[in-house]
Amino acid sequence: MLQRDALLEVARTLKDDPAFAFDLLMDLCGVDYLTFERMRTSSPTLATPSPLPYYMKPKPVREAWERLPAAPGAAQAGGVSHETHRFDVVYHLYSTGQNRRLRVKVPVPAADPIVDSVTGLWRCADWFEREVWDMFGIRFAGHPHLRRILLYEEFQGHPLRKDYPVNKRQPLVGPVN
Amino acid sequence: METAAVPPQAATTQTRHMFLNMGPSHPAMHGIIQLVVELDGERVVNADEEIGYLHRAFEKDCEEGPYNNAIPYVDRLNYVSPLINNFGYCLAVERLLDIQATERCQYIRVIMSELSRITDHLTCIGASAMELGAFTVFLYMIKAREWLWELVESVTGARLTISYGRVGGAKADLPSGFAERTRKVLEEVRGVLLECDTLLTRNRIFMDRMQGTGVISKERALSYGITGPFLRGSGVALDVRKATPYFVYDRLQFDVPTGEHGDNYDRYLVRMEEMEQSMRIVEQALNQMPPGPLNVDQEGKVLPADVMVDEAKMGRVAGFKQVLVRLDPTLEGSTRGFHAAVNAREKRAVLPPKEDTYGNIEGLMHHFKLIMHGHGIRPARGEYYSAVEGANGELGFYVISNGAERPYRVRVRPPCFTIMAALPELIRGGLVADIVPTFGSINMIGGELDR
Repeated sequence: MLQRDALLEVARTLKDDPAFAFDLLMDLCGVDYLTFERMRTSSPTLATPSPLPYYMKPKPVREAWERLPAAPGAAQAGGVSHETHRFDVVYHLYSTGQNRRLRVKVPVPAADPIVDSVTGLWRCADWFEREVWDMFGIRFAGHPHLRRILLYEEFQGHPLRKDYPVNKRQPLVGPVN
Repeated sequence: METAAVPPQAATTQTRHMFLNMGPSHPAMHGIIQLVVELDGERVVNADEEIGYLHRAFEKDCEEGPYNNAIPYVDRLNYVSPLINNFGYCLAVERLLDIQATERCQYIRVIMSELSRITDHLTCIGASAMELGAFTVFLYMIKAREWLWELVESVTGARLTISYGRVGGAKADLPSGFAERTRKVLEEVRGVLLECDTLLTRNRIFMDRMQGTGVISKERALSYGITGPFLRGSGVALDVRKATPYFVYDRLQFDVPTGEHGDNYDRYLVRMEEMEQSMRIVEQALNQMPPGPLNVDQEGKVLPADVMVDEAKMGRVAGFKQVLVRLDPTLEGSTRGFHAAVNAREKRAVLPPKEDTYGNIEGLMHHFKLIMHGHGIRPARGEYYSAVEGANGELGFYVISNGAERPYRVRVRPPCFTIMAALPELIRGGLVADIVPTFGSINMIGGELDR
């Protein structure tokens, strides 16, 4: 979990410091936590206190991700909630030399969805960030040409946001030229 | 008609860059990407890509249904090796639930994944050879792929839309005689590969088209996030099967071939060698695989599933547990005994065998709790990024659960997305004709590129 103003500095350290050497940005994606606390059904869930069938007891999730020693500027999860920070931009890093993986999350508030671009560090961030802009409407400062990638320019809205209805229709657009 | 006078000098010395549209309806662009190239004569000065023609809102659709509903969608992500996608997704959800498939199932997953890898590489090499004019190779390789797909068909019941993986297991066990047939098919595939090797590897035209084109250095490839055979062609021996072994890959012997130059020719060689290694893995896995209940003999007590349903409706269920049910002629291994061999004993996630659903109340309730609306697999809150080695590179599934029966978010890390992002750099400075082999060696799969 990182504060967004520390992202570039930490990312540079993670990439260039030989102790980390995360040379591969495996994946970059967005997550919208708008309805995370809400269930879409009324049936009993793991969160309800009523007794559950024996096979529905929540099992602890195994922690397979190594925690990083506190990097400069790293923020703990305290003070950042899904209410104030609706989105997460999630970076999955991989180090080929040390065969290690790391997940970095940058919470982003809904009112000002903008994050620094890491295209200067990893080239593949170019398309990944365009996709996050396309699907979530999160902008990336310093991106060379932030435009839609999977959808067309006339598309209205950002479909992977949780408040975008799955059956929403889009207006027809004419031929481009 | 009077024409404007053109100064003779300008007509002869002035040159302009030309813009050429390749695709989406261009045979070498597979109908789903558009490439706008800026040309200086025959040289590519710059290129821009337009993707998304096959976007089907996969990630949004996954959020809209229970965990198992995504399985048919993941088939369509990579439509030449759908089994790897299936197992990759199942593995991610299994890790989220912290359950493990049975050992036999893990071997089945390895075998089916490697067969898919061979079909994928056969398609890639065959298609790109055809685009360079080697039509014979294409026919040979598609013939070999056909044999492999017949094997896949005998196991899953379908050639492409297989939906064979299940969270916690697989749909059915292997049919009888599968090992012998596979060994025979692999021998024949080896013969085909030898023929194609003779036709291509030392072929002057093929070498001239492939060597030195589409070159990418190790550093640039890593910066672009490229994985899989493409990265290995540039000399980085990175393979998820070796780096973080999943299923039972750590028990199997295989090599990770790498290239030196990072050009199309090295990637071709890497893919050819990987097919051989995949066959090696399949043969070892067939030998090591723990036996399943293949000797269930009921002496003529085979009951078709529809008859059984009718019987159960009238309450005549006594003795059903002993009866072998023939559920589907293409899926011999889906009856009770086989089901237990390939599925984890985990009531949170794995459906009961059909005999139990039809035959006793516990099975029916268990089935109900997993299938009916508002019920289903419910992993505890958490998230998991799980990677498998797809035919094109690292295929990652990042699944987030908020404790409900639907995944909160399913993110696919598509392997050819990053390679496609590097395409402008790969073709820059080359000739127009080099675009075709370079694009062919990417093995662009629209299903996972556009999702």
